[in-house]
Amino acid sequence: MSTVELGMPSLPNGLRGVPAATEPQNRKEYVSDQEVRWCPGCGDYAVLAAFQGFLPELGIKRENVAMVSGIGCSSRFPYYLSTYGMHSIHGRAPAIATGLAVSRPDLSVWVVTGDGDALSIGGNHLIHTLRRNVNMKILLFNNRIYGLTKGQYSPTSEPGKVTKSTPMGSVDNPFNPVSLALGAEATFVARTVDSDRKHLTSVLREAAEHRGTAFVEIYQNCPIFNDNAFEAFKDPETRDDAIIPLVHGEPIRFGKEGRLGVVRDGFASLAVREVADLPNGEADLVVHDAHTDDPAYAFALSRLTDAGVLHRAPIGVFRSVERPAYDDLVRQQITTAQEAQGTGDLQSLVTGTDTWTVN
Amino acid sequence: MPSTKRQADPSFDLEMNRTVTIEVKQLDRVVIRFAGDSGDGMQLTGDRFTAETASFGNDLSTLPNFPAEIRAPAGTLPGVSSFQLHFADHDILTPGDAPDVLIAMNPAALKANLGDVPRGATLIVDTADFTARNLKRVGYDENPLETGELDGYHVVPLNLTAMTVESVKEFGLTRKDASRAKNMYALGLVSWLFQRPVDTTITFLETKFASKPDIRDANIAAFRAGYNFGETAEEFSVRYEVKPAVMPTGTYRNISGNLALAYGLVTGAQRAGLPLVLGAYPITPASDVLHELSKLKRFNVTTIQAEDEIAGVGAALGASFGGALGVTTSSGPGISLKSETIGLGVMLELPLVVCDIQRAGPSTGMPTKTEQADLLQVMFGRNGEAPLPVLAAQSPADCFAIAVEAARIAVTYRTPVVVLSDGYLANGSEPWKIPVIEELPTIDPNFTLEPNATNDKGEPTYLPYLRDPETLARAWAIPGTAGLDHRIGGLEKEDKTGNISYDPANHDLMIRTRQAKVDGIAVDPITVDDPDGTAKVLVLGWGSTYGPIGAAVRRVRKVGGKIAQAHLRHLNPLPPNLGDILKSYEKVLVPEMNLGQLALLLRSKYLVDVVSYAQVRGMPLGAAELAGVIGNLVEETEGIDDDARHLGLAAASLKHGEAALSDELHQSEGAR
Ligand SMILES: Cc1ncc(C[n+]2csc(CCOP(=O)(O)OP(=O)(O)O)c2C)c(N)n1
Ligand code: SF4
Ligand SMILES: [Mg+2]
Repeated sequence: MSTVELGMPSLPNGLRGVPAATEPQNRKEYVSDQEVRWCPGCGDYAVLAAFQGFLPELGIKRENVAMVSGIGCSSRFPYYLSTYGMHSIHGRAPAIATGLAVSRPDLSVWVVTGDGDALSIGGNHLIHTLRRNVNMKILLFNNRIYGLTKGQYSPTSEPGKVTKSTPMGSVDNPFNPVSLALGAEATFVARTVDSDRKHLTSVLREAAEHRGTAFVEIYQNCPIFNDNAFEAFKDPETRDDAIIPLVHGEPIRFGKEGRLGVVRDGFASLAVREVADLPNGEADLVVHDAHTDDPAYAFALSRLTDAGVLHRAPIGVFRSVERPAYDDLVRQQITTAQEAQGTGDLQSLVTGTDTWTVN
Repeated sequence: MPSTKRQADPSFDLEMNRTVTIEVKQLDRVVIRFAGDSGDGMQLTGDRFTAETASFGNDLSTLPNFPAEIRAPAGTLPGVSSFQLHFADHDILTPGDAPDVLIAMNPAALKANLGDVPRGATLIVDTADFTARNLKRVGYDENPLETGELDGYHVVPLNLTAMTVESVKEFGLTRKDASRAKNMYALGLVSWLFQRPVDTTITFLETKFASKPDIRDANIAAFRAGYNFGETAEEFSVRYEVKPAVMPTGTYRNISGNLALAYGLVTGAQRAGLPLVLGAYPITPASDVLHELSKLKRFNVTTIQAEDEIAGVGAALGASFGGALGVTTSSGPGISLKSETIGLGVMLELPLVVCDIQRAGPSTGMPTKTEQADLLQVMFGRNGEAPLPVLAAQSPADCFAIAVEAARIAVTYRTPVVVLSDGYLANGSEPWKIPVIEELPTIDPNFTLEPNATNDKGEPTYLPYLRDPETLARAWAIPGTAGLDHRIGGLEKEDKTGNISYDPANHDLMIRTRQAKVDGIAVDPITVDDPDGTAKVLVLGWGSTYGPIGAAVRRVRKVGGKIAQAHLRHLNPLPPNLGDILKSYEKVLVPEMNLGQLALLLRSKYLVDVVSYAQVRGMPLGAAELAGVIGNLVEETEGIDDDARHLGLAAASLKHGEAALSDELHQSEGAR
């Protein structure tokens, strides 16, 4: 086993226990020698570039970064990073990463998954990881389609979607990944978009700094099987009205010339209104507080996401609260046991108390 | 001779005066069965009697048998729970086929168990529940204690419940609470009958009920009262003595299979200097391994009760990736769920110990009953060519050694290893000669810490699939090791580099290499017990049938049959000399608690037409019945005509068939 060095004091809470880099790093160090094999124009490229650019600024040793992915186009991610990595099996990455995170507090553990991987076959592991709050960062590449298997609808596809497996349109009601994560009481939940490198990077940074499970949904375009699914958020014509920006401490106001805003609307729900129609104007808008303990608030925000074809959705950090991380608690119990009982005398354990001797 | 042989506490009977003198009869072995309602505490009673018997120094073997329902309706046949213990003054191999003594706490217990009890045996029956209504419930039209139906048995009808209530009246408990101590009363009585030392039980009750003084005192009082009743009551004119067994020198304890397995896993991890990470999901009969390991945090043991079996094995594999010894424990249904992840482990070539505590299947089957029908599942139940080593424990205590062996193979060869146990081994117990931990070999994880190759440009580099030429184990560098970062996954690997490869020749090479690695695992040759080397028939078993097969073989030999015996603990790879051994006997009998799974493997691998003996009743094989089959086969092989055969019948009907034979046999039994 390698020794566990304590991180430099400058490292944020989410990286506590991870050894700090001794020298500044650059992007190139994080690029592996493997040829990237996504389709031209795939949104995964942009995320990879942003991620490679962002890792050096974490200031941790490169060998202490571990990427675990499932199966899908997006799950190829680890091969392209010169860190430790495991490309595992469909849907199971959060479970595998749990074992890794629990046993290695000196690693920064990242899970890369797709909408099918995380929400369909791996749905169970995802929700249990979130409720436990294991110290890992989950990047869910949501292209609302099964890319790798060539274009079947996914658990996030809009109702009515025509795909190879739904020639008459899908009759499945989709998941809203953010709502699902909040329902599981995830402590950090965010959404970002592949093409907005600046926003993507800032969300990744916040995720890395969070102790516990950080869940990040990334809207990712699949030009081959589901092109333009997120066009509303990219087209300069529409994006101002499409993106509900979540900035902690700021009133939630958006749209061309800031004409729209989010207000409280009835019991535990939120609504989008024309600011001009509000009695007190901007003063009536909800001021975003990602630290709100009750997940109902963030959940209400998540419901502002369109259920079908996406024209509008909140983007940013929905929720960021503190709760003890599962792996810290597990290790704490080991420490407590060792403090109380010593590190264990195996011989006396197996011998037990009721013995007899034959001479 | 046991040095700690303790006699019953004499202070017990001091105030007692008795007019009849008590005769003490010597017995070489006794099979006793406690049976009652699931709420009657029969498992606890059996455990205590076992502990007393172990501390006295007898050899013993136990068979708990309980319903899957936590509390089936009281007083019904499905609700009957029993615990059988066989103890002797010589080494024994099984919990015994037929009880000499049955303690039946209600009509259902009598009815459910009587069929197993031969006439001549003693029946101690609590009559409290023998009311017309209760009798009807279990299908007795009349009271069997009065109809003569039990003629030929030595019946001791006692109102144990009433006597218990009377004995604890000073503690002011409700009648219901008071009567709950009746199992301790019964235990006290049989402890007297068989001259068991009582101090372990008193200490046990003091600790168990430390926080509930009146319950503690009532249980101790009931236990003492039961003991004293035996001493004073006229019902009992005989006490029995079973001398301590002659066993190899050493310090012993009693241990169940699941506890031995848990201790073996920790020992394996510690001998390898690795933390142990268990990922598991509760399932009968494997849960106790999770329970035991979760108490052992101080030994750097992490237990994760996962959301399902897939997550359990996933967490274990993730921990192995990080350099721990990943372990997962389950039973057949859970193993099915784990298959894909185990296959990933085969591809990643990481250590992983998978314990399958088999139960009766298919599907949910009979969760609390035993079977060994997962052999083919663990051998082949994965997609693609995904070979892995398979080991099987042969007795409860052997679970320890098998677990240590599994850790050795997993770490040394970087591979998932399956350990097969089963419900019978898991819950059964036997005396165990405690090993000296420091004398067990260490296991070297041999982590790669430096680059192990040079690339085209002449720079040092790390090749994760570069192999040790001897073991074919790959180079294992763990996260956190500077300069050795690499990516592995379930996609086919290129030889040496571990990069993704779809090259046809490479795939063929990798498939063959993974197979060769498993085939080449160093396994001890199998030894055959063939006392004078003239047997024509070999009985070959694996796993928990070791005890019944051994007992059956003794029976056959006792009536003059010549028979050889061998037992497999390694099922993949098989011992190197197995093929030659199979071919050197005219007939090979393979008894299994499945429909012939090992037989299938042996036939295909060695082209030997083995004879399969299959019993899948959810119970261990019966030694007498098996002895009959062996006896017949021996005579058939010797060319004796059907109607002239007698060996099988004689071996099957031997009364004390297991009794030790000659010293020569004792030696050939070897270590147990
Ligand atoms: C057990 C199993 N079932 C099915 C598959 C086939 N499969 C591979 S990826 C995938 C869906 C991937 O979709 P998603 O997670 O959305 O990833 P994307 O390719 O869109 O990035 C499926 C069904 C598999 N590899 N393993
Ligand atoms: S199929 Fe879609 S998601 Fe997959 S690589 Fe191609 S563009 Fe990307
Ligand atoms: Mg997808």
